[in-house]
Amino acid sequence: MERKDYERLRWRCIRRGLLEVDIALTRFLDDGFDKLNEDQQQAFVELADMEDHDLWHLISGQADIDDDRLAAIVELLRKS
Amino acid sequence: MSIPILKFDAVIVGAGGAGLRSAIQLSEAGLKTAVLSKVFPTRSHTVAAQGGVAASLGNSEEDHWTWHMYDTVKGSDWLGDQDAIEFMCKKANEVVVELEHYGMPFDRTDNGKIYQRPFGGHMSNFGEKPVRRSCAAADRTGHAMLHAMYQRNVKANTQFFVEWMALDLIRDEEGHVLGVTAMEMETGQVVIFHARATIFATGGAGRIYYSSTNAFINTGDGLGMAARAGIPLEDMEFWQFHPTGVAGAGVLITEGVRGEGGILRNSDKERFMERYAPNAKDLASRDVVSRAMATEIKEGRGCGPNKDYVLLDITHLDPATIMKRLPGIHEIGIQFAGVDCLKEPLPVVPTCHYQMGGIPTHFSGRVVMPQNGDVNAVVPGFYAGGECACASVHGANRLGTNSLLDLLVFGKSAGDSAVEDLKSGRAHRDLPKDVSDKTLARISALDNRKGGANVNETRLAMQRTMQDHAGVFRFSDMLKEGVEKILEVEKAARQLEIKDKSMAWNTARTEALEMENLIEVAKATMISAEARKESRGAHVRDDAPDTAEFPNGRNDAVWHKHTMFSPVDNAITYKPVNMQPLTVDTVALKTRLY
Ligand SMILES: Cc1cc2nc3c(=O)[nH]c(=O)nc-3n(C[C@H](O)[C@H](O)[C@H](O)COP(=O)(O)OP(=O)(O)OC[C@H]3O[C@@H](n4cnc5c(N)ncnc54)[C@H](O)[C@@H]3O)c2cc1C
Repeated sequence: MERKDYERLRWRCIRRGLLEVDIALTRFLDDGFDKLNEDQQQAFVELADMEDHDLWHLISGQADIDDDRLAAIVELLRKS
Repeated sequence: MSIPILKFDAVIVGAGGAGLRSAIQLSEAGLKTAVLSKVFPTRSHTVAAQGGVAASLGNSEEDHWTWHMYDTVKGSDWLGDQDAIEFMCKKANEVVVELEHYGMPFDRTDNGKIYQRPFGGHMSNFGEKPVRRSCAAADRTGHAMLHAMYQRNVKANTQFFVEWMALDLIRDEEGHVLGVTAMEMETGQVVIFHARATIFATGGAGRIYYSSTNAFINTGDGLGMAARAGIPLEDMEFWQFHPTGVAGAGVLITEGVRGEGGILRNSDKERFMERYAPNAKDLASRDVVSRAMATEIKEGRGCGPNKDYVLLDITHLDPATIMKRLPGIHEIGIQFAGVDCLKEPLPVVPTCHYQMGGIPTHFSGRVVMPQNGDVNAVVPGFYAGGECACASVHGANRLGTNSLLDLLVFGKSAGDSAVEDLKSGRAHRDLPKDVSDKTLARISALDNRKGGANVNETRLAMQRTMQDHAGVFRFSDMLKEGVEKILEVEKAARQLEIKDKSMAWNTARTEALEMENLIEVAKATMISAEARKESRGAHVRDDAPDTAEFPNGRNDAVWHKHTMFSPVDNAITYKPVNMQPLTVDTVALKTRLY
C-alpha cells in the first residue's frame, strides 16, 4: 500500500468514535496488517469504513457478517 | 508565505452533537457556515453515548423542570451557575422534541410517546425518589442523534470540512475572535478560515489521563487553542471518574457487573470494600468505590507488576448467568485485558470519564473572561458549547444524561447568539498581519527540530503523571509533586520531534499537534486541583475529609467559587458562582447527601 493510502487508513483507525474500536484497529495496524496480502488489506479498509457500533459488534462476536472476505479479517481482528 | 483565506459568516470547529446543533441554527438562518472536523461527523465521540438524554417530559410519570434543576444543582455540589442550570432544564423538552422532528428514532411507549427510563441522580419532587427522565434510542442514542442532525445540516447546506484539523484561534489586538487556522490532512495545507462568528464544539480532553473511557480523539484541541489565545479555562480540577475501567485500556465495565455480584479484591485477595462500606460493600456509590480503590492502590495493595490496579472478580458467578446478563463483558475481558473473566478476575482502575470544566461561557453560548474588572466580559465573535465549554451547569460533578442535554441546549444557544450578533451587524474584521505566524512557526518547529522529545513517550509521561497525581482521590503531597512533574512534561511537550516530514497525511504531525493541546489541559487541571484546598463533587482530597464542621470536606466560606486558570502565566483567580436563577428561587446551599 502506498504511504499516502496507508497514512489515511491509519488516521481512520486511530481516531474512531468508540474507544473499543480505536484500540482494536490500532493494535491490528501495528501488528498484523502488514502480513496481509493486497486483497486482504483492501478488505480491512472496507471494514474500517463501517460505522463504529456495527464494527464493534463484529469484533466482539455479537454479530456476524455474510461476506467471507470480510469475515476472515474480522476473525484476525478478534484474535489480535 | 501566502496562505489561502476562506471567508464564512460562521466557522464551527467540531461536528459532534454540539457542533451539529449549532450549525443547524446558523445554516437555517441563511448564514454561510463551515463545520470542521477531524473525522467524519458521525464518528465524533458523541456516538459512544448510550444512556440517553435528560428532559422532564413527564411521559411516564409526573416530572418538572424545577425538579430537574434541583437535581442538577445538587449533583454539581452547588458549584453550577443557577441561571445556566435553569436555562438548560427549562429548554430540555424543546430541544428533545426538536430532535424528534429531525427524525431521531427515540424508544416509544405503547401510546407513542417518547419512552423514559430512570438514571442515577435524577429524582422527583426535589430529591424524593428516582424519576424516569432519560430519553434514549435503544443503546445507540448518541449515534442516532448524530445521524439525525447531520442529515438536517446537509439539507440546510452546511459546508463540511472533514478530516481538517483546526490549529489556532485567530484573535486581533482588541481581543475579537476572527476565525481559525486549520490544516487539511489530505494535503497538509494550512488555510485561514475568516469568520464573523467562531464556535468551538471540540469535545472533551479525557486523554490527558492514562486510564480514560474516552476515545483517542478527545485531545482537548478547543481548550488548547483557547489557552494559546490567552483565554482562561474554568474549573479544570473537576473530572468525573468511573470506578471500573479495564486497567491499561480504559474500556468501561458497566456497573451491572457489581450489580450481578462482582467483588473487588486487592493484592491480598481481600474483599476490601467490606472495610470502606460495611453495608453496601461493592455496591456503594461510584465515588465511594473509586476512592476505596485509589486508597488500596496508594497504600501498596494494588495488583500487577506496578501494583496499579485492583481486581474485579466474577469467577464465583454462574458462567451462563454472566453470558446472558452481562453480554459483551466476557469479550471485553479477552480483547482488552487478555483475561477470561469466567476463570480469572478482571484488572480494573478508576477511569476518567467526563470533563466538567472548560472554556468559560455564558448560557447564551458566548465565551466570557475577566476583562477590565468584569469577570464575565464577552469575548466578541467567540462562542462554545458541549463538553469543551463550561456554562457552568455541571459544576463539580455531572449527572448522567445531562451532557447530551448540555450539547443540545448550549449548541443551539451558541448558534442562536451568533445569528443574533451577525444579524445586528457584526462584520468581518481585518485579519492581523501576523495572522498565521504562530501556527506556521509551530509546524515548522516540529518539522525541523532534531533531538527533541518523542510524542508517544511525552504523552505517556503526561498521562501517568495525571493518573498518579490528580486521579479520583487526591493527596496533597502528590498534587504538589504533580505540579512540578507536569511542568517538566510541559517542557518536553514544547520540544516535540517527528520523523515523518511529509505534507500529505502526516499522522505523526497531527498527533504532535494534538499533544500540544493535551498538555495545556493537563497543566490547567493539575494546577487548579492543587490550589483548591477543599473537597467538592468530583474533587476529593485526603486533607479535606468529611467532618462535622465541613461535611464531605466542602468549605463554602472559602471555596464556593469558580477556578479560572490563566494559561498565560499559570496563575489562578476565582469568580463567584451565580446563585441567582432566571425566574425561580435560589436552590440554597446544603450538604450533598444521596
Ligand atoms: C463511553 C461514554 C458514554 C457516554 N454516555 C453518555 C450518555 O449516555 N448520556 C450523556 O448525556 N452523556 C454521555 N457521555 C458524555 C457525552 O457523550 C459527551 O459529553 C458528548 O457527546 C460530547 O459531545 P460534543 O459535541 O461536545 O463533542 P464530541 O462529540 O466529542 O465532538 C467533538 C468534535 O470536535 C471535532 N474536533 C475536535 N478537535 C478538533 C480540531 N482541532 N479540528 C477540527 N475538529 C475538531 C471532532 O472531530 C468532533 O467532531 C458519554 C461519554 C462516554 C465517554
